[in-house]
This record gives sequence, structure tokens and C-alpha cells, in this order.
Amino acid sequence: MGLQEIQKKIKDAFEVFDHESNDTVDVREIGTIIRSLGCCPSEGELHDLIAEVEEEEPTGYIRLEKFLPMMVKVLLERRYRPIPEDLLLQAFEVLDAAKEGFLTKEELMKYMTEEGEPFTQEEMEEMLSAALDPETNTIQYRDYLAMMVIDEN
Amino acid sequence: FKAAVLIQRWYRRYIARLEMRRRCTWSIFQSIEYAGQQDQVKLHDFFSYLVDHFTPSSHNERDFLSCMFTEKRLLKDPEMEKYCDYESIEVPDYYTGPHVSFPLLPDHATALVEAFKQKKQLHARYVVNILHEARNHLIQLPNINRISTCYSEEITVCGDLHGQLDDLIFIFYKNGLPSPERSYVFNGDFVDRGKGSIEILMILFAFMLVYPKEFHLNRGNHEDHIVNLRYGFTKEVMHKYKVHGKKILKMLQEVFCWLPLATLIDGKVLIIHGGISDKTNLELLEKLERHKIISTMKYTKKPEKEKLVEESRSSSPWFPLKSRSVPSSPLRLSPQKGSRSASIPCSFIPNRKEISKRVRKSVQLELEKCRQQVGVSEFKVQEELPLLPPESELDSCDLEGVNYEEWKQVADILWSDPMPQEGCKANTARGEGCYFGPNVTEQMLQRHNLQFLIRSHECKPEGYEFCHNRKVLTIFSASNYYEVGSNRGAYVKLGRDLIPHIVQYQANRATHTLTMRQRISRVEESALRALREKLFAHSSSLLGAFKSYDLDGTNFITLSDWSAAVESVLHLGLPWRVLRPQLVTHTTNNMLEYKSWLNDLAKEQLSHENIQSSLLEVLYRNRSNLETIFRIIDSDHSGLISFDEFRQIWKLFSSHMNIDISDESICDLARSIDFNKDGNIDINEFLEAFRLVEQSYLEDKDSELKTSETSDSSCSSQGIH
Repeated sequence: MGLQEIQKKIKDAFEVFDHESNDTVDVREIGTIIRSLGCCPSEGELHDLIAEVEEEEPTGYIRLEKFLPMMVKVLLERRYRPIPEDLLLQAFEVLDAAKEGFLTKEELMKYMTEEGEPFTQEEMEEMLSAALDPETNTIQYRDYLAMMVIDEN
Repeated sequence: FKAAVLIQRWYRRYIARLEMRRRCTWSIFQSIEYAGQQDQVKLHDFFSYLVDHFTPSSHNERDFLSCMFTEKRLLKDPEMEKYCDYESIEVPDYYTGPHVSFPLLPDHATALVEAFKQKKQLHARYVVNILHEARNHLIQLPNINRISTCYSEEITVCGDLHGQLDDLIFIFYKNGLPSPERSYVFNGDFVDRGKGSIEILMILFAFMLVYPKEFHLNRGNHEDHIVNLRYGFTKEVMHKYKVHGKKILKMLQEVFCWLPLATLIDGKVLIIHGGISDKTNLELLEKLERHKIISTMKYTKKPEKEKLVEESRSSSPWFPLKSRSVPSSPLRLSPQKGSRSASIPCSFIPNRKEISKRVRKSVQLELEKCRQQVGVSEFKVQEELPLLPPESELDSCDLEGVNYEEWKQVADILWSDPMPQEGCKANTARGEGCYFGPNVTEQMLQRHNLQFLIRSHECKPEGYEFCHNRKVLTIFSASNYYEVGSNRGAYVKLGRDLIPHIVQYQANRATHTLTMRQRISRVEESALRALREKLFAHSSSLLGAFKSYDLDGTNFITLSDWSAAVESVLHLGLPWRVLRPQLVTHTTNNMLEYKSWLNDLAKEQLSHENIQSSLLEVLYRNRSNLETIFRIIDSDHSGLISFDEFRQIWKLFSSHMNIDISDESICDLARSIDFNKDGNIDINEFLEAFRLVEQSYLEDKDSELKTSETSDSSCSSQGIH
């Protein structure tokens, strides 16, 4: 993909959130933009990226002219690549201490909201709404992953 | 720890992509909606073109044209009485719908709500009766309705409903029916688009009559018969009331124009449908005669307006030929008359008398021409033509004609939108009103000592939105406006403290059981379908644009070029590169074989193999304009237009739009649809034959069946404060 094409792609994604049409977006939307462009940073990595493009005195807004070069570099260097499916499966298996092939609702909630970079209540509820098998009240993570992967593609 | 982070990271990315899709979907709907409104502007350009350049070469054609423009207005009360003779409409014994009698009691209004919940239809007699009483009530109201929180504990303000009866029923269910303790203000746009417009009107008017002090309505830009022609209300009425529909529509014109323009709570909170402009002046608004503005749709270009108004006012009916408001050369005046083409002054529909004057003027000119040839001077002509009453007389009995400034005040109130930037500029997306910035709001609030504004007019994903430093609140009450799951509806409650409390909802049970992913997918599908249709409608232009990127004639273009080409043709301002993966599915080596892509688009749309693809494309591109024109021609709302009318209007339309389709093909098609061979075309059949009527109409029939099953438990909410 040529440089110009990458730049246009970034601009397009940026513009979706540029509500005032003045080449700025709310800093809280940066994460969404970066991720929609194919990257998968952790929250910590995201904060670092934002720090790079913020103004000297943070205004709550990020300008395109700062964001663009940074994002181009990220894409060219292929940083924060998406996680391969098998690695994700392994991650679930690590959490599944009893190796039963599923996680209970409580287990998942505990891990997601207390460990790592915790989910907000909203994020947790949303994940459960799709992942939870209502009959058994468990998360059959293999099936869940399979479904999500199809979705992505 | 690491495992948890991994999963969270992955999940957050997934959600981000969903969010991006949701935003794009929203952009698609909005840009298509505004493109549609620009169509309306084009339609009006077409009408001004017609009047400027149409040469009535025959008696029939001239009559036809003047018929289009000179609908008679119900002027005086005696005429109104004749129209409202609901007494003469008999209600048959087999009628199982609700009955209404006057004076209206709260129980009657509640019974109406119940009946409509059960999908009953109100008999035409009662419709006419209610409209009659509603008008009598509205006439007494001032332009700006002043209400107070002293009388009732709280006031609930609702925004656009757009014919979505489910939402109104839900609001009453969740918030309670109107009562002396529970005031309501409905901020316009009750009708169009949804299928329950007339029922909503009946309920709103009924409660207004039962609780005149507590139930208030503002006029919206859709309370306007010209807009209704395009956006579905006219169709709905004619469909539901085959015998009396025409009468009902005529009466509605007289009711809509009497709706108040604004509501003021405690002198502090101003509620208007659209917004304001930097010229908005409450004193002016209070004084003008609002009922003279039947429609706020303009149809001519702005710059000439102000000049022309002055001129037309000063020109006498049989104007001196040197005046600039003479129609242009097609009437073949001799050169020294030096006439310049001029568009008709501002208020098109309000000045219907103006239009008829002009048509008559053109007749006058013909006569004058003849007289010239015979050697009679122009001055003598004036004396010899007592056919038209002097203008002063026309003015006094002329209920039309509000001056431009007043008309613009109302148009601004009904059509404007807030913008983040400072200043005030013309609202090009809608063709009416303006965009107003935070400074305009601030000035307005200070000038009139107000606390904040409440307006509607724009759909918001959450049903409401604050802007201008929380001084402007947009409230929109039609949930799932674009598509099931597209947005929430909301209403706002104000107590004595005038602090807004927002309640949100989504009146469709189905959405709550879907995951966010499924909801977004569904709405997205609908948006993409609409977008593909639009792409198809521009196939020829797209092909041209693609070819310009494929100079070597390889039949392939890069995806990057595809994005650039599509934007250059459609001008929708959409993020094409983000949308591309969903619109372009087959690529070879990152290159697109554009001809087969266009063919695939066409296959999706075409249903009749015998129609040339180019013709269908043309029809598609202009379909809403065509439908509107058809409905205007069909002035008696019979659902039929004659061949001649059809041919004439098509000829004019195609020359104006530079459409290169032979009249023959159009006529052949029309003829093939005239099943009973009586020289008339059933408008609906014609449009449906080419699937020009929106597919949603058919889909709605399906969903109607579904909602009737879940109607009892249909209204669960997500009320959040």
C-alpha cells in the first residue's frame, strides 16, 4: 500500500469523528480510530501513543496534523498487530484453571474487571451479552472465539 | 495477568471496530437524507425553470400549467364551513372504530389512543370534525404560546414523531397521559415518513381540545402540504381515506398554518422546531400573521428575492411592460420591451395568487402583443383591460402575501440547525433556514432574557443532544428513525426549577434482545443497501470516472482510485476508504475490475429485463422528485394522471435535467402499464412497477405483522436520567 493511500485511509477514519470539521477529534475517540485502522494496542500502549500526539498543554483534542505522521509510522512499522486466534485461545485456557473448556460467569467477570487492564461495567455487560450461554450460565470460549472470528471477517 | 490483558486488548479492538461501523452507518443515513432534501431544492428550481421558460403553445398546456400552480385556497369562513360539513358524512353501521362527540372529554381522547393501539382507523367524519374543532381552537392562540410551570408541576417536551405512532403511545405509557397536572409540548414534525401520521395528529389534536391549557403544539417544517407531498403524509391520507382524503388534506392546510410557531416557558425557555438565525426577532414573530404562511418551501434563488418583492408590490396587475418582472422572451415580445427573465418572488405557495397573476400576465402579454400589432398603444391597453381588479383590491382580500422578512423569520425558526462554529450562514443541506453558531445563541438568549433553547428537527443517536455550552437542547422523539436499532428517542421534563431531565427509550422490544453487534449489523445492512442503490443510480457517471483512472484500458483500477472516483461522483462526503471493504468484495491483486463490479450492482437492482439499465438508472436517480411531481399533477388526488399530463411533464422534466432518454421509451412503458387502456396512468402502479416506491413500504408490511404480535409487551424502555 502506497504512502499516499495510507494517509488517505487515516484521514478518512479521522474525519468520521471530526464533528466540527476542523481537523480535530476528542482525545477519547483516538482509541477507536487507532483500533479501527487495524491496530490492537493495550490501554497502556494507547496512552503512550496519545501522549505523543497531545498538545503541550492538553486541550482534550488531538489535531490531525500531529496524529497523521504518528499513525503512518505505526502502520508502516506494523506495530500492535492483531492477536492471532490460537494465542487468544491459549489466553482463555490460562484463565480456565480447571481446564473444563469453559469459564463461569463469575470467573470471567472477576478476571476482566479485576485483572489486567480492567473492564468498565459497561464493557463487561456487553461482552457477557454475547459470550454468555444463557442455559448453562457459562462462557464456552471456544465457540465464542469462533463466532467472533467469523464476525471480524 | 498477561492472559487477561491479551483478552481485554483484543476485545477493546473489536468494540472499537463496531463503533467505527456504527458511526459510518450513521453518516450514510444522514448524508442520504440530506441529499434527498437537496433533491427537493432541485425540484423547486425545476418549478422556477418551468415558469420562466415554459411556452404555453396551446390552451391545454397553459391550463395545465396554471392548474399546477393555482390551487384555490379556502379563503373565507363560509367556504370553510362547506368543507367542514362533517355532518353530511355518514358513519355506517358496520364501523367498529372509535366514535367521537363534542364537547370532547378526556375519556374520548384516551379511547382514541386505545383504539389506535388496536390498529383501528378513525372514520373520516370524525377526522373532519376534529380538524374543524382544532382549527377553531388554534385560531385563538398567539404565535408564541406562553406557558408557565405554575399551573402544572412539570412540563414534558417531545420532539419529532414523524408518524411513528408506537413512540407516541410509548411516551404516554411511560410518562403518563396528559392531564391538568401533566403538561405536554410537542415540538412539530408530527407527520411524514412513518405510517401513523394521521393517527398521531388525531391524538394530539384531541388532547389539545380536552386540555387546552396544558397541551401545546408547535409547528414543524413538516406541517406543510408541499413537504407532505414528498415525504409520505399525503400518500398515507389518500391511502387510508379513499373517499374523503382530498377534503381532509385541504382542511389540514388550514389547520397547519394556524399552529403556533413557538412556545415560551416561564419567559425563560424558548421551544421552536428548528432553530434561530442572527435575525430572529421575537417581537416580529409575535406580530406577523402566521396563517398566511401556508408553506415555508421556497422555490426561487435568494439574491433576487428582496428586489423582486419590492417590484412586484409596486407593479400593477397589467404591469407596464418596461418593468423587470416580465417573463422572458419565449413570449416573443418585441426587443424594445427589453424584458429580462425573472424568478417569481419569494413565497411561492403563499403567493399563489402571484403565480396566477403571472400566468394571467403572460396571457395579458399575448393580448398586448396582438394589440401592438393592430396598433394600439400600451397605455391604452391599460385602460382597456379591466379584467383584473386593481392590486389594492387584491391586497385587501388577499390572504396570501406576507412580506419577505416575515416569511424568512418563520422559515428560520422551522428549518435552522445549530453548528459548532461561530456565526450564521445559509443552511445549504436543507435549502431553508440557516446554521447558527454559539454566539448567535448567546445573543438571542441575552436579547430576550432567556435561559436556554429547546429544539428538534435533527435525529440524534441518543434521542437528545446538548450543544452551545448546554444552551441548546435538541430533543428527538422518533426512535429507530432510520432503521430498527438506529437510535433512541427521548423526551425532556422540566419542573419549576427549569432543569432538564431527559428520558430515553427505544420503542421496539426486539432491539433489546440483540447484542450490540447484531443491532449494529442490522442497521448497517440497511444503510449499505441504500448506499448501493445510490451507487447504482449513478452507474454511468461512475463508469466514466473509473475509465478516467484506467487510461491504459486494462479494465482494472486500484482501490485507491475507486475511492477517489466514487466521491467525485456522489459528493456524499462519506469515508469511502473505511467503507470500502463492505462495498467492494472481489479484488484481484488489490485491483478492482470495475465493469463487473458495476454489473453486480445492477443485478441487485434490476427486476425487469426488458427495461434498459440506463433508463432505470435515470428513474432511480430522480425517483423521489418524479413521485412528488406526479402527486402535484394529480391535483384531485385521484391516483390517476392522464397520458397527456404524463407526457408533458416528462418532456419538461427531461429537458430541464438534460436527460437523454427518448420520449418514446417512456411512453411505451407508460402505455404498457395502462392496463385498462383508458388513457390514464395509475401513479402507484407506475412507480411500483419500477420498484420506485421505497422497498421499506413492503418491508413495513412484514414488520407490521410482527409488531402486532408483540404489541402488548412492545414498549419496554431504557429510561435513563
